[in-house]
Amino acid sequence: MRSKLVMGTVGVVALSLTAACGGGGGSTGGSSAAGAKGPIKVWLSNNPEEIAWGQAMIKAWNAANPKETVTGQEIPAGKTSEEVIGAAITAGNAPCLVFNTAPAAVPQFQKQGGLVALDGFSGGAAYVQARTGKAADQYKSSDGKFYQIPWKSNPVMIFFNKDLFKKAGIDTTNPPLATYDQFLATSRKIKASGAAQAAIWPAPSSEFFQSWFDFYPLYAAETGGTQLVEKGKATFNSDAGKKVANFWASMYSAGLSPKEAYNGDSFADGKAAMAVVGPWAISVYGKKVKWGVVPVPTSTGKSPDQIHTFSDAKNIAIYSACKNQGTAWDLLKFATSKDQDGKLLQMTGQMPLRENLAATYPDYFTSHPEYKLFADQAARTTEVPNIANSVTIWQTFRDAYSSSVIFGKTPVDAALSQAADKINQLASQP
Amino acid sequence: MSTEAARTGGAVTHSPAPRKLTALVGRQPLGIVMAAPYAVFLAAVFAYPLGLAVWISFHRYFFAAPGAQVDRPFVGFSNYTRVLGDPAVRQSFLNVLEFLVINVPLTVVLSLVLATALNSVTHIRTFLRVAYYVPYVTASVALVAVWLFLFSNNGMVNNVLGPLAPNPSWLVNSGLAMPVIAIFVTWKQLGFFILLYLAALQNVPKELYESASVDGAGPVRSFMSVTVPGVRPATTLVVILATITGANLFTEPYLLTNGGGPNGASTSPVFLMYQKGIEQGAPDIAAAIGVILVIAVLVISLINRRVLERD
Repeated sequence: MRSKLVMGTVGVVALSLTAACGGGGGSTGGSSAAGAKGPIKVWLSNNPEEIAWGQAMIKAWNAANPKETVTGQEIPAGKTSEEVIGAAITAGNAPCLVFNTAPAAVPQFQKQGGLVALDGFSGGAAYVQARTGKAADQYKSSDGKFYQIPWKSNPVMIFFNKDLFKKAGIDTTNPPLATYDQFLATSRKIKASGAAQAAIWPAPSSEFFQSWFDFYPLYAAETGGTQLVEKGKATFNSDAGKKVANFWASMYSAGLSPKEAYNGDSFADGKAAMAVVGPWAISVYGKKVKWGVVPVPTSTGKSPDQIHTFSDAKNIAIYSACKNQGTAWDLLKFATSKDQDGKLLQMTGQMPLRENLAATYPDYFTSHPEYKLFADQAARTTEVPNIANSVTIWQTFRDAYSSSVIFGKTPVDAALSQAADKINQLASQP
Repeated sequence: MSTEAARTGGAVTHSPAPRKLTALVGRQPLGIVMAAPYAVFLAAVFAYPLGLAVWISFHRYFFAAPGAQVDRPFVGFSNYTRVLGDPAVRQSFLNVLEFLVINVPLTVVLSLVLATALNSVTHIRTFLRVAYYVPYVTASVALVAVWLFLFSNNGMVNNVLGPLAPNPSWLVNSGLAMPVIAIFVTWKQLGFFILLYLAALQNVPKELYESASVDGAGPVRSFMSVTVPGVRPATTLVVILATITGANLFTEPYLLTNGGGPNGASTSPVFLMYQKGIEQGAPDIAAAIGVILVIAVLVISLINRRVLERD
């Protein structure tokens, strides 16, 4: 037995040494790739409206550029797009462009050597800034370069079900949802009337990104657009952060928001009277639910034109495995042109991250007044911080939030304080 | 005297070279040829990744694009220190321990009792065996949906219990989430372990039961004094396999309790490996957790074997 163990250990060590020699090979696409032109592949998000827009955009490009044909496909199935893209970077088979790059994942992809700085293309940074304006600064990486073009946002707001509100005896044209106290009182009415199982049902699960749809929009609103981490320091261990956390803690402890996940869409199914969602939801809920929309609440009931929210943006990046990066850059500019952005808005209802959005497409917003509020809100969005260890930082925050706010196992103040200490450490690491 | 020597009248005629060859490849070299494909498979699919994981765990490692110039320095036990100092990791190991304390004894007792009962059934035996085996071959995702229907806040169990239903409910109750998962996994795996015991029961000599009967032993005494010792090697196997299954726990807490909730009460080390290695881009930390897990399973299995196989 002992000799077998020794042999096994020797084998493992030998394999370890072999493994140590592994890795490398291939190419990340150097400067020669930057100007190269030819066929490229792109990945599109997997919702029907975006696929339809993407395929139409590719068709238009291919018609005008027969020597630089573009092939588009949905992002391969996986738990999240970020995991699939991360695996593709490691395998060296990432496409040239992904029209669904989450800003939170960009620092990690950059660290992996998977992204191409747009500044390396002629007029790259200037193009990004001209299209998006000052808001583009939120998407700059720590080395001062752009590894993503801010493409589209889904500023999240509070959707409410008019039928359920009516059933609970709540005003549906001007529902009292502006302050935390109003929101709590309205939620209690909904529950007490039996109109819905939950007032609002944010996912109580532990995935790192779930805080983007409960804590973060309200935190952005309460602070006037402060990011979770700024200048390398956590910002949420503050009065504003505690107010937001305590508000949600009240929702959970009073049973107005369930601690158990709903398998499906609680708002669409009429199980929850409200939801935190972006304008993508209009086309989804439009036929199922008679909905209304208001900005996220603040402790003092700020005026709607003052309220910030989470952007829920998805961006476009050029991946280093791309051999024809010249074509990729040209396609990226084509896909984010005024004309294509207008088509994106028309076909998906998602907000292109352009300066003066409403003024750029006045006809659209005149004929689609339901989107006007989102367009106004799109001017005041807060992005996730573009820093190293971004996902770990969000997971650390989520764990503390889950423990204190959702499950009430630790006091809110202590949980936020401890999470801030850990996040400060993570933010200081490369 | 060896057989070979006897055949040649006491004189050993082999030259040293073939003897060395025989020592290396055995008397049946064909056996090596036949086993080689599986050995290669094992080396490629199990040994190489294990070796790579050990190497990764001693380096500051992250996944990078092919050809990307990245630094992966040797960091000694730094990853292990971080892992062992992380309360979430320690909690996950305690969660698995809780799981094993419930799951393993329950698995052994239920599968042995049911296998013994099935062994004595003469009618509808095939139906019953299939019935027990169905959950094992059904995808966890499908079964989890049924258990969510049973154990969610508004589920059937709480509806039956009424005011006796736990608050918070089963899957969001930090004291009950892991036991529910342990019972779910026990139920799901039972069919496989029953089959193991059914096979083992065929090797228990019938004469022993007859002797026990002649000595006046009832069914319980006969079970304890004949069946239990008679299937001891199978019990060792069941305990080790159940321990390994428990150590690899991922799907059930991931799906039943939404990835480790409530408050990390059902987080498993493998779930943390996924979270750190895939989601957070820290495969070095994930590898360190994995290596500790492998060592823990080896130690528990050795202890199990010593305890169960002692005379």
